[in-house]
Amino acid sequence: MTIHQSIPGEDTKPAYNYAYLDEQTKRMIRRALLKAVAVPGYQVPFGSREMPLARGWGTGGIQITAAIIGPDDKLKVIDQGADDTTNAVSIRRFFERTADATTTEMTEDATIIQTRHRIPEAPLTSGQIMVYQVPQPEPLRKLEPRELETRKMHAWAEYGLMQVKLYENIARFGEVTTTYDYPVSVNGRYVMAPSPIPKFDNPKMHMSPSLQLFGAGREKRIYAVPPHTSVRSLDFEDHPFRIQSWAEPCGLCGAKDSYLDEVVTDDQGGRMFVCSDSHYCETRREQGHRGTMLADASASGLVEAKS
Amino acid sequence: MYVAVKGGEAAILATHDLVAEARRGDAAVPELAVAQIREQMGLACARVMNEGSLYDPDLAALALKQAQGDAIEAAFLMRAYRTTLPRFGSTEPVDTAKMAIRRRVSATYKDLPGGQVLGPTYDYTHRLFDFALMDDEPQRDPSSAPTGHLLPQGEKDRAPLDAFMPRVPDILGAEGLMEAEVPPEGDPRPFDLTREPIAFPADRDVRLQAMARGDEGFMLGLGYSVQRGFGNTHPFVGEIRVGEVSVEFVPEELGFAVDLGEITLTECQMVNQFAGSKEVPPQFTRGYGLSFGHSERKAMSMSLVDRALKSREFGEATEYPAQQDEFVLYHSDNVEAAGFVEHLKLPHYVDFQGELELIRRIRREREQRLARENEPLPEAAE
Repeated sequence: MTIHQSIPGEDTKPAYNYAYLDEQTKRMIRRALLKAVAVPGYQVPFGSREMPLARGWGTGGIQITAAIIGPDDKLKVIDQGADDTTNAVSIRRFFERTADATTTEMTEDATIIQTRHRIPEAPLTSGQIMVYQVPQPEPLRKLEPRELETRKMHAWAEYGLMQVKLYENIARFGEVTTTYDYPVSVNGRYVMAPSPIPKFDNPKMHMSPSLQLFGAGREKRIYAVPPHTSVRSLDFEDHPFRIQSWAEPCGLCGAKDSYLDEVVTDDQGGRMFVCSDSHYCETRREQGHRGTMLADASASGLVEAKS
Repeated sequence: MYVAVKGGEAAILATHDLVAEARRGDAAVPELAVAQIREQMGLACARVMNEGSLYDPDLAALALKQAQGDAIEAAFLMRAYRTTLPRFGSTEPVDTAKMAIRRRVSATYKDLPGGQVLGPTYDYTHRLFDFALMDDEPQRDPSSAPTGHLLPQGEKDRAPLDAFMPRVPDILGAEGLMEAEVPPEGDPRPFDLTREPIAFPADRDVRLQAMARGDEGFMLGLGYSVQRGFGNTHPFVGEIRVGEVSVEFVPEELGFAVDLGEITLTECQMVNQFAGSKEVPPQFTRGYGLSFGHSERKAMSMSLVDRALKSREFGEATEYPAQQDEFVLYHSDNVEAAGFVEHLKLPHYVDFQGELELIRRIRREREQRLARENEPLPEAAE
């Protein structure tokens, strides 16, 4: 009974619409985005589509990017702060293929930055759009598994449970032990999951001149933080919010102000700390900054000398 | 100048080559044809059509071939394709009462109009290997056929089935003993969970739709749980029927129904007890399951869980997983579940670094505190 459409392949590219999604779907997503921008931090349900990439691998962010990208955009895709992480490469290839996207690794050149788990170190500017991939949009989910209940809690701004959780952390460990996806209060109203970025990045969201969009494909939610909006990490007066810090600078570029990844260099306890933001690190090395382990890293093949 | 070594892109492309090689296996063994999978792996194709939410045996077979027989990966391929298809309308509701029956069994009546039709089933096979199937073209010697081969040879010798086979719940319903199935006020078009986000509590159309595409194993486990005591249903198989129904569509410009063809469906209706209430006299309640192809296990599991999910509507306690719509609907989708479980293999070193920094610091602070506490006290002030 079925009349098959020809199955689109490499040579029949026009079978898919620009940026993969059909225009009606893009319009539906844009409407959800507009609502999200109008009510900062509020999770807007949307008709998340099945994507040709796996759920939990960035389908929310991909759908947002597909809905907002145009021929003039420059797209940067990062995962763990780096442009060359496997899934970032895969998503970048998806947009190169379906939207003829111009891609870039330069944070300052990008008009859209799709990210998983990091905000770039270089300050964002007005006109740039951050698209976050979100696995779990509900900051209260680990405290209350039922969506029916958490929606009511947001509606009534009933966030006592979250405060109690943070308090219990402090009582037990002397500090809040959430290190990523650290809950924030947006515009003084909604408590929001910033996606699993390290809490180190939370302050970058506050009053950012860029537009920040969040897409959770599997959970079918979109939310947003408009430019110049207050984003406060939850804390207590006597236990103020604080971010991670390292005892040593980046081994490659010597940066002291960036978020560092740990690279295990041998089985004798050897460690090297390097910037998680690969573009930031490269830019600094180009500017002549040298970390103490740059030569070792070159020897081990982590970086290579280019003339 | 130093640049980071970037192997990501080349490595990803190499995985595509490697998986193609793994899929093909030993090149000395002939390649499977899609038609062979469709014809000889029909039950696997049915599962892929169900969980891929797309009735297309050819594509299901292709998906299984491409996915090396991985049912979830195949369902994922189906869904990613389905989502790009234009929708030109909705068909008329299919009428399973008019099904061309292949199999129809009831556990509630010994005999009934139309009779019991066993049809093709593994139910009464002994699970002994048929080593003759090891040969490429098994040669069957009719004289050595195992006993039990009683199927009259030749189509004309088979007794035709009754044209009229009423559905068992309809028989009960005629007596007023069965919970009536009435569409909601105004008979609105069913919800489409592939286009709209689900809200909770979910209505029955949403629940049935989610279960129809839900993972067979997950639905089986949930159905089993209500039988064992995590939920209290005591069901009877009112009827299971398998066969072909025709699909009709009314094009706007014609204004009358056009037959598009037929699809194979499996329907299961469970009859459950219900004590009744002040307003409703005691009656049986229904658990419903419907799936593509011949897929009895799926339809039966679905009908068990459908009844369990009605608990709230009947004012029963909803303390077990199978009775909670959020639990069932959010976790039965295997393409979503597989994606999220498997995303754990993506890099998480940024988050992990945060945890490392925290645990090292907390341990360091703890050691310092213990060291302070263990310092010998100056003269105990008695």
